[in-house]
Amino acid sequence: MNQANQRSESGESQSKIFNTVAQAIRQDELCAVVTVLGGPGVGRKLFVRRARTMTAPQRQATDDSGSAVVGSLGASALDQAASARAEAAMQARQTTRIALPIEGQEWDLLIDVHLPQEVLVMVGAVHIAIPLVNFAKELGLRTVVIDARSVFATPERFGHADALIQRWPEDALQEMNLNESTYFVTLTHDEKLDTPALICALGHPVRYIGALGSRRTHAKRVTALRAAGISDEKIARIHAPIGLDLGGRSPAEIAVAIIAEIVQARNWSEEARA
Amino acid sequence: MQEILADIGHWQEAGKRVALATVVQVYGSAPRPLGAKLAVSEDGAMVGSVSGGCVESAVIQEALDVLSTGIPRLIAYGIADETAWEVGLACGGTIEVFIETLDW
Repeated sequence: MNQANQRSESGESQSKIFNTVAQAIRQDELCAVVTVLGGPGVGRKLFVRRARTMTAPQRQATDDSGSAVVGSLGASALDQAASARAEAAMQARQTTRIALPIEGQEWDLLIDVHLPQEVLVMVGAVHIAIPLVNFAKELGLRTVVIDARSVFATPERFGHADALIQRWPEDALQEMNLNESTYFVTLTHDEKLDTPALICALGHPVRYIGALGSRRTHAKRVTALRAAGISDEKIARIHAPIGLDLGGRSPAEIAVAIIAEIVQARNWSEEARA
Repeated sequence: MQEILADIGHWQEAGKRVALATVVQVYGSAPRPLGAKLAVSEDGAMVGSVSGGCVESAVIQEALDVLSTGIPRLIAYGIADETAWEVGLACGGTIEVFIETLDW
């Protein structure tokens, strides 16, 4: 198979695929790259994205607006079938290798699903959040700390966080893209801050929601959430008391318990999907 | 992919060619999942991983070959393969790796 020919056939659009992919990944877009792994056209690419997962600013920043598919595997029937399978793989959030029969030929394809960057959103720039940022970063999560109280939310305390947002949590959260790759914790103990933030998170398909506080605090919180019209089914998504029971007391120990529960949520739900 | 984008970008800006290795099949227990990636620059620098260290050096060699020939390769590493046994996976699994030039 003559590689040079393949490249010139596919022309300019092929050379741009990687840049488009890289841009989409940087913008936390759910997307998939399909690659031909063998036979004629080995190495050819098809990039499939779902525009509706983007937030408004991301959509504005995307140059090739509207085009859900970039590149080609060599034949339009193949492209169509492959992008349908890529849609399904994105839905399942699972990279997969398939044998796709098209017009008497079987295509060996990798559908490489790129998930949005995992993010840990912490409401409450409290003591526990300081080690929690460290642990989360070690696990590859982007860390966002939100607290309206300027005494807590200082760059000195949270210089290590990827983002420190000094605003009311419910305002800040409304502008964020909370998705299946988001882990969300409230840490303030303060109903005024925690409860509206929880209501906001419960309105999104986030992977994990945890709320710091004793059983008694949580019982009060449940009452407040019910009063706000939140269903028991939704309220049951909240992990409270937060964290695996490790018997810890210090901020760092509690942060370990929280991050351990996050690791559990991350892996168990992925296994269930497989 | 996210974690290797920055390095790939730096290499490309410096005018270096880059090969990309991707885990495309996993049999049995393997340290890195389907889709895990290792990028190799033409001067042999690497970022990412496909096996947690077991077969990386072999993959880098293949990647440099792929850069010089321009032809992608699909290679299996694991206990089932005589040659791979030499670089084998400690966990006893088998992985298949697709190696290509990043020119798309």
